[in-house]
Amino acid sequence: MSLTGGVPEFVLPPPTGPYRRLNPTTKLLIAVAEALIAFGVRGWTGPLLVLAVVAASGLRARVGRSLLPFLLATIPLVASILLVNTFLYPGATDRIVVIGPLAPTWTGLAFAVQATLRVVAFAMSAAILGLTTAPDELVADLERRGMGRRTAFVLGATVRSVPRVIERVREITEAQRARGLDTEGRIWHRVRGLVPLAGPLIFGALTDVEEQTMALEARGFSAPTRRAVIRVLPDTPTQRGLRFALAAGTALLLVASLAGQLGFLP
Amino acid sequence: MSLSLRAVTYRYAGSNRAVLEALDLIVEPGEVVGVVGANEAGKSSLCLVAAGLAPGTIGGRLDGEVLTDGVSSTAARPYELAQRCGILFQNPTTQLSGTTATVWEEVAFGPRNLGLELDLIVERVGWALSLLGIESLPARDPARLSGGQAQLVALASVLALRPPYLVLDEPTSQLDPHGTRLAGEALARLAAATQVGILLVEHKTDLLEVLADRVVVLAAGRLVREGGAAEVLSDERLEGWGVDPPSRVRLDRAARQAGVALPGGVP
Repeated sequence: MSLTGGVPEFVLPPPTGPYRRLNPTTKLLIAVAEALIAFGVRGWTGPLLVLAVVAASGLRARVGRSLLPFLLATIPLVASILLVNTFLYPGATDRIVVIGPLAPTWTGLAFAVQATLRVVAFAMSAAILGLTTAPDELVADLERRGMGRRTAFVLGATVRSVPRVIERVREITEAQRARGLDTEGRIWHRVRGLVPLAGPLIFGALTDVEEQTMALEARGFSAPTRRAVIRVLPDTPTQRGLRFALAAGTALLLVASLAGQLGFLP
Repeated sequence: MSLSLRAVTYRYAGSNRAVLEALDLIVEPGEVVGVVGANEAGKSSLCLVAAGLAPGTIGGRLDGEVLTDGVSSTAARPYELAQRCGILFQNPTTQLSGTTATVWEEVAFGPRNLGLELDLIVERVGWALSLLGIESLPARDPARLSGGQAQLVALASVLALRPPYLVLDEPTSQLDPHGTRLAGEALARLAAATQVGILLVEHKTDLLEVLADRVVVLAAGRLVREGGAAEVLSDERLEGWGVDPPSRVRLDRAARQAGVALPGGVP
């Protein structure tokens, strides 16, 4: 086992690729800034600007193809936004066409497309963060920056519990199926199949929580000390500057947009 | 210097029924004390009380005294108790923190909580892993271990706190035969290589026969038999207390009934 400062090298994996090499907190801040700008800056500028940055980041991180499933996942929301706003936008009179009782409007369509761009920009921004950042590295970096151990634990445990819950649902489903429960076929059958799942899942989780709490106490979790930092992830003065500029720039943009000072932008 | 329970009676919060009654028990450094008994005999409660989690963490009412090297469990905080008496539960998966990416970090979780310096953490993790013979696991994801491996990682995580006493609550009950063998070998190594006093609750009397110096029998929260492992595990009353004797004892009895003498049989 090769050691780096006493800590094995596998605990500190080397950076792999251009965008991925950024410090996790920098990537988190980029994603947060993108989300705020996409939704907070009025008009077309906010979402289009974010989409351009997201596209560039995606190419740089070489995750273009991996973004497709995330894009597809937005379809139900995007479809409902387009339908509701195009056909039911309140007060709009500039009809595109009249089809019986339905009258889609240009105003509604424009609003719907703008809202769609905001949603897609946000989804892609979150997807790039997820695809290029290991959750435990992000938590480790935030903890190094002073986040409390309880918050770090809750964050880390939440992220890592997802596959465990999925696995447990699969086990319970298989056990119920083996006893004759119909969990496939029509939607009604599937919904009915969820009911017997809920009990074992919730009670099992509660039992686990009690034992986990005791196990944590038995490992000194409540000790009033500062934990040693194991993972020191690379950070640079340039990135520190970038984060500061990003935070300040985003705040300025939002304030200016709210104050109506960005009226010259489309 | 010992882990000692003196006239201990314990009731869970909200219950008037004592799950442990007037119990006296001592675990000396370097000694392995086995605990057997039927279901609901109070074995798991004994573990929680001995480790100080009851009443410290889960509440309830404790009469009598639990002393770890002279320090009362009710006078110490949970993180102080963790360094005096470690505890390992039945289910390996719920004992892992669920927040770490590698086994190495999982074992380092406890020492980090105590605020130890990095070099000391590195030393303790290496020590715990090699003591249990799991030096091949540190790079693995803790969520992707077999039951036996996960239980050994959980044990290493507790050992890394360097407690002078360990309480093990049926550590092999959820393991397959291979996992049980792995855990058994690791515990034997631990008992032989350190002066850690171990209180081992275990249904598998074959394992206890190999590991334990002494064995106590619990029935309805009371200690009904105590003595050397070989002597207690061959007691004719064991099955009446809801405990299966070790296979060696059962084989010997069957041979005697059939009129066959086995070499080295139970007297």
